[in-house]
Amino acid sequence: MAKVKGDIIIDIEKCKGCELCASACPQDSLELSRKINSKGYHYIVKIEDNCTGCTNCALVCPEGIIKVYRKTDKKKEPIATIANVTGDITVTVQS
Amino acid sequence: MNEKRMLEEEKHFETIIAEESVCTNDNLVYEKPETLTDTPMHYCPGCGHGVAHRLIAEVIDELGIQDKTIGVAPVGCSVFAYNYLNIDMTEAAHGRASAVATGIKRVLPDKYVFSYQGDGDLAAIGTGETIHTCNRGENILIIFINNGIYGMTGGQMAPTTLIGMKSTTTPFGREVEVMGNPLKITELIAQLPGVYYCTRVAVNTPNNVRKAKKAILNGFKYQELKKGLSFVEIVSNCPSNWKMTPLESNKWLEENMLPFYPLGDLKVPKNPPKADKGELI
Repeated sequence: MAKVKGDIIIDIEKCKGCELCASACPQDSLELSRKINSKGYHYIVKIEDNCTGCTNCALVCPEGIIKVYRKTDKKKEPIATIANVTGDITVTVQS
Repeated sequence: MNEKRMLEEEKHFETIIAEESVCTNDNLVYEKPETLTDTPMHYCPGCGHGVAHRLIAEVIDELGIQDKTIGVAPVGCSVFAYNYLNIDMTEAAHGRASAVATGIKRVLPDKYVFSYQGDGDLAAIGTGETIHTCNRGENILIIFINNGIYGMTGGQMAPTTLIGMKSTTTPFGREVEVMGNPLKITELIAQLPGVYYCTRVAVNTPNNVRKAKKAILNGFKYQELKKGLSFVEIVSNCPSNWKMTPLESNKWLEENMLPFYPLGDLKVPKNPPKADKGELI
């Protein structure tokens, strides 16, 4: 499972369905909807739950209607504690 | 009782969903800049103008100069740029945006002045104004959107139209014998001593968009130094008048426009001030 989890919010009423975001998405998680918005454009929707929050879609969006969220696991727990060391030691960490 | 329990369960699940949701303000990494208004843009789907507007708004937000920036909108597709950018903007006659920007900058030297012009505006009708503004080295930023065509009037040939490219006035492709060669105006003005910074960027891929933002940021920061003019050419697409879908037009841009208009810096300051670190402003 990916450690970075992202999500996007699309303002579908302003979407014109140019599909630039879908082609820029490295995860292929965007697709054009079969429904249309009030202006008559097919709008873009997220169809997969594998977004990493890379902001590529928002960068190429000409309308600026994509909000990008990203959640990273910042909690890094110590794997070992070292105490009472007087001389030089070598520590190797195996992942 | 049943209803009450259902409500409680609903609330419980809602809180669980809210806890698991990524969409919280802490996790927000990208949203529309504040300087860009909520007005829906009138541009065709996939047009590069929208990205260019957003980048300008992002740079203005980043530098915190929303109240000190004055823009000059051109005649062309971006004639309504003042509807989308929440800054002081004025309109200029066709091709005269750089002349108007000169006047504004001379009267209000403390303000950040930029002109936003298309290729029909800057390279055809306003060639004289552009070249002389650049030669005088006015302390303004000129943003030049090059899509190789007159967009608003219906896709006529512009000076920047490529050889063999079809437009409504060149239905069989541009011929050199009759219509002459495409004009590389950015290379032309890069030779002028008044120009301090001259670069060409594109907005077709996420990577190019990031580079374009950096170029516009440098343009605004060099204005503070009062050393000369900054010129940023943005190679853009025009899906409607190229008669393509937005994706096809971006592919066409990469295959045909970029070999003729290569991206990169054409003129950079010899000893560039540390503008990238934000020390100037």
